[in-house]
Amino acid sequence: MDIRKVKKLIELLEESGIAEIEITEGDDAVRISRYPASMPAAAPVMPQQIAAPVAAPAAAAPAAPAAEPAAAPVESAPAGHAVTAPMVGTMYHSPSPTAEAFVKVGDRVEVGDTVCIIEAMKMMNQIEADKAGTILSIEVGNGEPVEFGQTLVVIG
Amino acid sequence: MLDKVLIANRGEIALRIQRACRELGIKTVAVHSTADANQKHVLLADETVCIGPPSSTDSYLNMPAIISAAEVTDAMAIHPGYGFLSENADFAERVEDSGFKFIGPSPDLIRMMGDKVSAIRAMKEAGVPTVPGSDGPLTDDADECLRIARNIGYPVIIKASGGGGGRGMRVVHTEASLMSSINMTRAEAGAAFGNDQVYMEKFLEKPRHIEFQVIADEHGNAVHLFERDCSMQRRHQKVIEEAPAPGITHEQRMEMGERCAAACRHLGYRNAGTFEFLYEDGEFYFIEMNTRLQVEHPVTELITGIDLVKEQLRVANGEPLSFTQDDIELRGHAFECRINAEDPKTFVPSPGTIETWHPPGGPGVRVDSHLYSGYVVPPYYDSMIGKLIAYGETREVALARMSSALHELVVDGIKTNTLLHKEIFQHAAFKAGGTDIHYLERRLGL
Repeated sequence: MDIRKVKKLIELLEESGIAEIEITEGDDAVRISRYPASMPAAAPVMPQQIAAPVAAPAAAAPAAPAAEPAAAPVESAPAGHAVTAPMVGTMYHSPSPTAEAFVKVGDRVEVGDTVCIIEAMKMMNQIEADKAGTILSIEVGNGEPVEFGQTLVVIG
Repeated sequence: MLDKVLIANRGEIALRIQRACRELGIKTVAVHSTADANQKHVLLADETVCIGPPSSTDSYLNMPAIISAAEVTDAMAIHPGYGFLSENADFAERVEDSGFKFIGPSPDLIRMMGDKVSAIRAMKEAGVPTVPGSDGPLTDDADECLRIARNIGYPVIIKASGGGGGRGMRVVHTEASLMSSINMTRAEAGAAFGNDQVYMEKFLEKPRHIEFQVIADEHGNAVHLFERDCSMQRRHQKVIEEAPAPGITHEQRMEMGERCAAACRHLGYRNAGTFEFLYEDGEFYFIEMNTRLQVEHPVTELITGIDLVKEQLRVANGEPLSFTQDDIELRGHAFECRINAEDPKTFVPSPGTIETWHPPGGPGVRVDSHLYSGYVVPPYYDSMIGKLIAYGETREVALARMSSALHELVVDGIKTNTLLHKEIFQHAAFKAGGTDIHYLERRLGL
């Protein structure tokens, strides 16, 4: 499901009086609810509170993190070596929508192995592992936007 | 109205743009370097995107990163602010080619005005008075250069076509040093701007810097918003600006203003712009046009009651100007002091943590600054940390309000040039009005 479509659905929900909306498109389905089970506890002062969408395969949080005064794009640092985004764009796990993902959690990688793609301005940029090891986690969902310095995968 | 605007800048101007967007119900995307994640406008933005490491080249001057950020956030338009990419025609072109609105004039006009030789040519055609000069680039023909200089009369100044804003210039007082000055300026220009084309102008000894604000829409309307006097400068950097310019008559103002507005219509100019002149002995001489919003726009806003940034957003949205020339009235007087994080005597930059930020207040006092207590002024960017603006019904009242405001201002933790401003506002010559562009340097003994 295209992240932009999901964002538009969220905006639709906010602007209208609808409490919940569920859309199925082929094999993809997304349900967006005004009152999710767990509410984020952040202060209402910062304007960036968008009702957390649920169900979809990709956790569809919008572009950038935190309005909180945390210093930089790196959130709680996961243990291991973080491969970070050298550019702004959209991260994809596989070379094409039908192909297999470059890496899965648990895979062994060497320095120079492609771990993901960042698409920016219609160009695909391969992001390589800069350390050998095992993929401990993939921190960004397929098709999600990333900013400079954001952790993409963690290698241990 | 535009749904979402990406602010491709930082500091006080990013906050200024954000405020205007908020008033018009426009969502803002704040792009920032890793060093700028705690800026006030970033903390208040609807969305933020980190676009690079601290260095400007890799962040605020990084065109792919900025355009990519607009893509992933689905922004409709990009406001470039001032400095950085605001007068980069290639950037404006790439923004538009990527499907976003560039909040400013067309790339062609930016390009035309960015080349100082072609800008002067365009102004002459449009009937705007220019400085007597070479009327085009200088060739390598020494006899020709000498002839041109004799025609103009010494002293002359050699300027780089790709320069502007005080960069790439050299004054020549005698014929003997003309050719070496031309060659040196050429070499420097080639290195600094990638363009070694130079031209010659008469050097005015005691001019004032007076500029006219214009704004045009996409429907052929262009209005001028009177002038500003920015003569208080150090090393070609403005320190204090005021509007209107002391000593300029209503007739002079309306005549020159209308010529600038007419030039805009003739050129098909769009959005905000400023025509810069040197003024000496009652005559205006065009030197360059800035195809963007300027730092000192607040003084114009205060004497006209117009919100220039909101108007920029409306123009970018395709709307006609919300006023005609007849609607614009000049009321009162305004000053602006640029507050820099620097030593007031040595001008050495002074980045660091702001321990206490206490802005002044009261009638006629406006503070445009992104500072807050605890904010860390980074060392990577220019040193301006805010603008203190004062308005009064007369120049005397505005002067008194600024003096008073400067005394209330507290910026603890770093050094600022507040002391310099306080001193200037005591200078008899400044209080009388009409000081020229060399005044401050002479007075400081530089």
